[in-house]
Amino acid sequence: MAKRAAPEVNAGSMADIAFLLLIFFLVTTTIETDTGINRKLPPIDDTQQDVIIKQKNIFTVLINGKDQLLVEDEIMELKDLRKAAKEFLDNGGDGTCDYCQGKKSPSSSDNPDKAIISVKNERETSYKMYISVQNELVAAYNELRDRRALSKYGKTFSDMQADYDDVNWPGNKEKLKEKLDQIKVEYPQKLSEVQ
Amino acid sequence: MSKFKKKQGGSMPAISTASLPDIIFILLFFFMVATKMRQNTLLIKNDLPYADQVEKLDKKDLVMYIYAGKPSDAYKKYGTETRIQLNDKFAGVEDIAAFIASERASKREELVPFLTTALKVDKDANMGLIGDIKQELRKVNALKINYTTRRGNVFDRR
Repeated sequence: MAKRAAPEVNAGSMADIAFLLLIFFLVTTTIETDTGINRKLPPIDDTQQDVIIKQKNIFTVLINGKDQLLVEDEIMELKDLRKAAKEFLDNGGDGTCDYCQGKKSPSSSDNPDKAIISVKNERETSYKMYISVQNELVAAYNELRDRRALSKYGKTFSDMQADYDDVNWPGNKEKLKEKLDQIKVEYPQKLSEVQ
Repeated sequence: MSKFKKKQGGSMPAISTASLPDIIFILLFFFMVATKMRQNTLLIKNDLPYADQVEKLDKKDLVMYIYAGKPSDAYKKYGTETRIQLNDKFAGVEDIAAFIASERASKREELVPFLTTALKVDKDANMGLIGDIKQELRKVNALKINYTTRRGNVFDRR
């Protein structure tokens, strides 16, 4: 009895099975966006600040319902906000700040440690404008911190932060954290949002 | 020359289509690896704004999501104003406190201070509603928030 060659399995329906699975995954999954700007809200505190803050140490940013910016009582475009915020923070008016490279004008902030940026928006302001303003202010802080870290440790603040978050980085993370905290102390992020 | 019989007909061999499923499998593996199972069905239009100073939200299980935006076209019967969505249903500002409390109850005690609230808000939403949400979050002491955005340039996106 001659052996018959085993009949080949018809592979035409494999493609159908694959299509079914593909359609299932297309329908039930999403490519999530998981990046954003981290912020910390101030706690609800009935005790108001009794520390007297000098007017020159506050940088007021007002956004009205038509998405226009009023910075320190002057109309400003969004593209100039970053530069203005950096000039304010880096001013070093009273000379106590030895790493500031600002103009040292007496009408702007004394020290980055005392400088406060306050943002106020109205109910009709669009969220997009609000995020853009937050983005520019955070960018101002980050650029100043990068510049300071570069001159002090030879590496930008963002690179150091990325090293700290990297699981494969071989260096001493304790020392890196201390350096990061030192930079954060030199340019603390004091963003207040009044209601 | 007569030992080899010449093939009759002269037809071309048919193209083997046995490898077509392999191409589909490659696409399937891409989707299986690059995506996550969708947690919530979005009832609202959610075009996130762009920002470039963004950080990645790690620890997905310690994040609570609050969505806000105008209802999408399929749900027009709910109106055209900006609404809040919590966990697949529309909600009001007063439901946020209960939502936070239930999320906290479902996590372990020592992880509660690390919980972050992700605000995924449409770019055309008004700040009035967002201010109310932030006030409610401050009342329940959920102070770590993240404004979820896409990575991109802030300017010239009108």
